[in-house]
Amino acid sequence: MDWHQIWEIVSTPDNVPIVALIPLLAFYIYLGVKQARANDQLIAQLETDPALAKTHHRKTWPFRPGWQKEIHVWPFLLRVEFLAAIIVTIILMVWSITLNAPLEEPSNPNVTMNPAKAPWYFLGLQEMLVYFDPWIAGVVMPTLIIVGLIIIPYIDTNPLGAGYYTIKQRKFALATFGFGFLALWVAMILIGTFIRGPGWQWFWPGQTWDHSRLIYEVNRDLPDIFGITSNLGKGIFGAVVVGGYFAAGGLALTLLFRRFMAKDFRRMSILQYSMVAAFMLMMIALPIKMLFRLLFHIKYVWITPWFNI
Amino acid sequence: MADEKDVKEVKPRAESGNGAKGNGAGLVKEIRDINAELVTKAKEQVEGLKDPTKTQVFTSIFRHKHDDTPRNRALGVLSNVFLHLHPAKINRDAVRYSYTWGMGGITFYLFIVLTFTGVLLMFYYHPSKVQAFRDVLYLEADVPFGKLLRNMHRWAAHLMVIAVWLHMFRVFLTGSYKKPREFNWTVGVILLVLTLLLSFTGYLLPDDQLGFWAVTVGTNMARATPLLGHEGPLGAQLHMTPYNDIRFGLLGGSIVDANALLRSYIWHCIGIPIVASIFMIVHFWRVRKDGGISGPAPVMLASEAEKQRRGVKAAGE
Ligand code: HEM
Repeated sequence: MDWHQIWEIVSTPDNVPIVALIPLLAFYIYLGVKQARANDQLIAQLETDPALAKTHHRKTWPFRPGWQKEIHVWPFLLRVEFLAAIIVTIILMVWSITLNAPLEEPSNPNVTMNPAKAPWYFLGLQEMLVYFDPWIAGVVMPTLIIVGLIIIPYIDTNPLGAGYYTIKQRKFALATFGFGFLALWVAMILIGTFIRGPGWQWFWPGQTWDHSRLIYEVNRDLPDIFGITSNLGKGIFGAVVVGGYFAAGGLALTLLFRRFMAKDFRRMSILQYSMVAAFMLMMIALPIKMLFRLLFHIKYVWITPWFNI
Repeated sequence: MADEKDVKEVKPRAESGNGAKGNGAGLVKEIRDINAELVTKAKEQVEGLKDPTKTQVFTSIFRHKHDDTPRNRALGVLSNVFLHLHPAKINRDAVRYSYTWGMGGITFYLFIVLTFTGVLLMFYYHPSKVQAFRDVLYLEADVPFGKLLRNMHRWAAHLMVIAVWLHMFRVFLTGSYKKPREFNWTVGVILLVLTLLLSFTGYLLPDDQLGFWAVTVGTNMARATPLLGHEGPLGAQLHMTPYNDIRFGLLGGSIVDANALLRSYIWHCIGIPIVASIFMIVHFWRVRKDGGISGPAPVMLASEAEKQRRGVKAAGE
């Protein structure tokens, strides 16, 4: 166990935000889940008691009949904002006094940094470079992430859970977003920061970053395993595999959807549903491709003269 | 009233004084009068300052009274150009920290901090290959509080990225993107991208190894842009070369060099902040126009959702 190495990574000034992100995220997930639980309990109670549902003010916070529903922004909101500004300023000041922003040697195109890492918030995409060609990892994926985020309000047809924390009423949406945000985005950043060392090689926490370590990985392509050698054959094979994944996956997804989320399925238009299915399958494809690479050393699935996937 | 009398009394005497030039006694009297007059005026002035809220300067700036009445509390917000971002009153539970986590507001506050420290940094920085790195060294070593300034700018940028993610996470968890706030979510996603781009363009500016290689790695991906990059799928077929593709456009050259530094600087200090400000204005405007903060809303039951949907459909038909 090389504690020194761990300390070196954790205390690198530019990594401190990521170290801070973990407890922050944990705290806010806790805060959200706590309120969601309380709301879910209230919902369950109201569902079994229609009479109460008619009279209850429907929040988990206390409310007395005499109270006004609205309060003045001055001072009740402004004092919160003022306090928040002061606290953030203090945190920022203390952080800036105790920790210096990094400044390396002057830029020099002839001396490569090893590992050359992108800023931490892009490390997820850099990690994807291991598994995908740059045009996918660097261009297609960011585009899909942005488009995928933008269409969320238009494909989530569930009218429940607008404006309050809940788990029970939005299981699917929460699971999907949680998978995308926590597993595919935050976790990749953590891997990129704490695991990837020189040469972008995999170093377990506590392993010393050995700059001269070489790994002779023999990566194969999926068509090779099946003994396909001709370019045409590889192209067709890949198209079949990728197409097959989306066809079979789409079918499986639709069956599951109809069975377990019949209401949502009925609500969605065909365009909405195909969007959901397409993005779901693409998201699931990421860990599959990663496992192919990490466990079976498979590089490409689909090889054509113009692009490889 | 007292004033008017004084004026009337003084005036004729002043005239007579003027008439009798060279009359020393008249002049002395006149000076005495002026003296007395000034003393009364000074007293009035001091008296007036005891309640500054009644002065013309004060009332011209603050257009309403400040005693604690509901009307004045509302006016305090509404008649102030910065505060009128807010409504006069809001839902009593919406101010609870646990609902919004205050993250949107904190993101905005950090943006302001970054603008402030960023402008100060600009006084000491030249976006040229010769000077950029030296400017940072000079800033850290010789400028009073220079190091603190740079640190604050750097860490506030990181904090802003974290805050914007947490804000998005909160908006998702509370389902706040649902009708009628779909469009504001879209505006938010654009703000998220702009925030990341702001951070990224700033990374190159110290012109050190860290920024240089981060930007090299980052922009190398642009080579592979489908159609528009010279190494991307179908790029070659469209006659893309390292000298005319999208990466060339981003860097102002085929390598990360002086032009890239200048472009980065202009995007970072002028281009993106302006665009981001515009989107923030729209974002805040829409929060208001979409009916304020989404909640905490009363919980809805599954049975009611179905009814409501049918109701809406029937009304639409
Ligand atoms: C520079 C970035 C941003 C700033 C300064 C900002 C600021 C704000 C502020 C001050 C609010 C009021 C409520 C609150 O504080 O939570 C708000 C609400 C909102 N924001 Fe943002 N935001 C930003 C980015 C985003 C992003 C990335 C998203 C989503 C992808 C988003 C979506 C929304 C939505 C939907 C609301 C309405 C929430 C509600 O009604 O509960 N914003 N934003």
